[in-house]
Amino acid sequence: MKLIKKVLTAAVATAMTAGAAQAAITDNEVRIGYLADMSGTYRDLAGPNGLEALRMAVEDFGGTVKGKKVVVMSADDRNSPDVASSTVRQWLDSDKVDMVAGLVASSVTIAATKVLNGSDAIGLVNGSAASSITNEHCTPNHIHWAYDTYPLANSTASAIVAEGGKSWFLVTADYAFGHSLENDVRTVVEREGGKIVDTVRHPLATSDFSSYILQAQASGAQVVGFANAGGDTVNSVITAGEFGLAQSGQTVAALLFFLTDVHALGVQTAQGIQLVTGWYWDKDKDARAWSDKFYKRTNARPSMVHAGIYSSTMHYLKAVEATGSDNAKVVRAEMAKNKVNDMFTKGGYIREDGRMVHDMYLAQVKTPAESKNEWDLYKIVRTIPADGAFRPLSESKCSLVKK
Amino acid sequence: MTMIFGVPAAAFFGQLLLGLINGAFYALLSLGLAIIFGLLKIINFAHGAQYMLGAFAAYLLLNLLGINYWAALFLAPLIVGIIGALIERYLLRRITHIDHIYGLLLTFGLALIIQGLFTNLFGVSGNRYPVPSELSGGINLGFMFLPFYRGWIVAIAVVVCIAVWFLIEKTKLGGYLRAGTENPALMQAFGINVPLLVTLTYGFGVALAAFAGVLAAPIYSVAPGMGANLLIVVFAVVVIGGMGSIMGAIVTGLAMGIVEGLTKVYYPEASNTVIFLVMIFVLLLRPAGLFGKEA
Repeated sequence: MKLIKKVLTAAVATAMTAGAAQAAITDNEVRIGYLADMSGTYRDLAGPNGLEALRMAVEDFGGTVKGKKVVVMSADDRNSPDVASSTVRQWLDSDKVDMVAGLVASSVTIAATKVLNGSDAIGLVNGSAASSITNEHCTPNHIHWAYDTYPLANSTASAIVAEGGKSWFLVTADYAFGHSLENDVRTVVEREGGKIVDTVRHPLATSDFSSYILQAQASGAQVVGFANAGGDTVNSVITAGEFGLAQSGQTVAALLFFLTDVHALGVQTAQGIQLVTGWYWDKDKDARAWSDKFYKRTNARPSMVHAGIYSSTMHYLKAVEATGSDNAKVVRAEMAKNKVNDMFTKGGYIREDGRMVHDMYLAQVKTPAESKNEWDLYKIVRTIPADGAFRPLSESKCSLVKK
Repeated sequence: MTMIFGVPAAAFFGQLLLGLINGAFYALLSLGLAIIFGLLKIINFAHGAQYMLGAFAAYLLLNLLGINYWAALFLAPLIVGIIGALIERYLLRRITHIDHIYGLLLTFGLALIIQGLFTNLFGVSGNRYPVPSELSGGINLGFMFLPFYRGWIVAIAVVVCIAVWFLIEKTKLGGYLRAGTENPALMQAFGINVPLLVTLTYGFGVALAAFAGVLAAPIYSVAPGMGANLLIVVFAVVVIGGMGSIMGAIVTGLAMGIVEGLTKVYYPEASNTVIFLVMIFVLLLRPAGLFGKEA
């Protein structure tokens, strides 16, 4: 009897400390780990400037939450899921990290969130594209912020089909991300009454695209879509310009196109290309004001990923302050309770599958005559309203969604 | 429509021509590698980085000093070649007497440092270098649209390759070079400054890489990683051609460009592995490479 009493007391005590831990900032610090590609293909769109955006958020918040210091550490994921798993594991076990920011290549993010799942830390995903991150790979321990492949395929493709681009030729990166984007595009184009004439799949990091462009040209398709990313997209667009696709009456569609890609190409080469973005630095007053501050520190205009990192970190720190806890469960519930109203979006909200739902934008790259300076790159064609932008919950395969 | 292996003849010839253009790059790059290996026995892993330096030199000359493409075609290889000569004089020379693997490690380390430095300075997305106005536009050949610039690449690359081959195999200077590496002591005794010859040779091989870089600048993004992607393929080309064989490097470069180009039509997924398959077969059947001399 005495033993049972002892065990019970111990159990109650443990439960109480656990409860107390949930309602407190552990280790007297809020620790944020920034995990991103710092040196490879995706360095420019996230990378060191993303870390700067994160630091800006921490500074703007005052550097402390409820008197506890906010500490930032960072690591290069080298676009490797293995590096991501082991880094996050170490951050959880020995560094007691409370939040993981950045999270760029989709494969890296899926590996990292698997480790985060069930822990006390939360992941705020900004760099990744794959919509599966909040679909079959959803966990209660992460939120996907800036954008995903669903609106990329949906809006770019349907806008172009609506303008009469019925037949498509797709140049696809031959790995998971490219395949999923290709499938999404195929679904949309066929639904809208168009068809995919042919596709060609190229290995990741191909340097010469002339062969694929020539095939696209010979196919006679009205639209040549690039379902690839980063340097591959940049080189595809350069070669498309060189071989005069536009002059021969074909429309070029880059399905995932970052501000940093367009900047690398310049408006002369990229003019007229339509794309979907989650945010643009010149879209409104708040965005401009924040991007001016960012520009002063980095000498570059922020991509949607950089803006998303700032926005999500601010929203996170506010939730930590409001609850006085850095526990993932508590903070995520608080983050979902409040709408996101900042330089990134107005009225954004976090769904049960972890998707932050916000307006997306269909943009077009300016012509040299329209562009006033090296970063004056997009004109917003139209706003894609938040509610129709992302995959509807009714189609969700996420286990967190109650049906 | 006439078909060749299930592909319209027009498309087939188009791809053949594109393959030849890419082959011209492989030929230029593997030529530099072959000269450096053949004469100095250095496995120059910095070759990709030096190619990238050539492209960046052209980009910086244009944007900082307003020097146009035609001048850059001469100046960029000169500048990068001098950097190469300094690398040989102050770094590589110190390790000539020890195992080749140290040369490989040293140049590999240099490549990483140079690429890291440029990534820090310019980011990874790269920069655009405009096609020179004299060569913009293109011509419809009936079976394909050929941008003038691509035609220029093949022409100039073939001319340069043949000139270099002639210089090394047929002239007195080339004779000194070959003799100097064969038996340096004897050449020294004849009053020829062999160390200087070696420095200049390395500089020349590097300049060839930079020349290819300038040629590539208008058609690819000028990015720090541009050479790293190519280097491994170019090494495979050198191995297939026979390590150190000048003619082997040129012919194999062009041939592998065509093989790769056709793979992009028939089975694009394999386009970055096909050259290595060829390499495996060649090594099985002729371990010294197609043009190499059996040891």
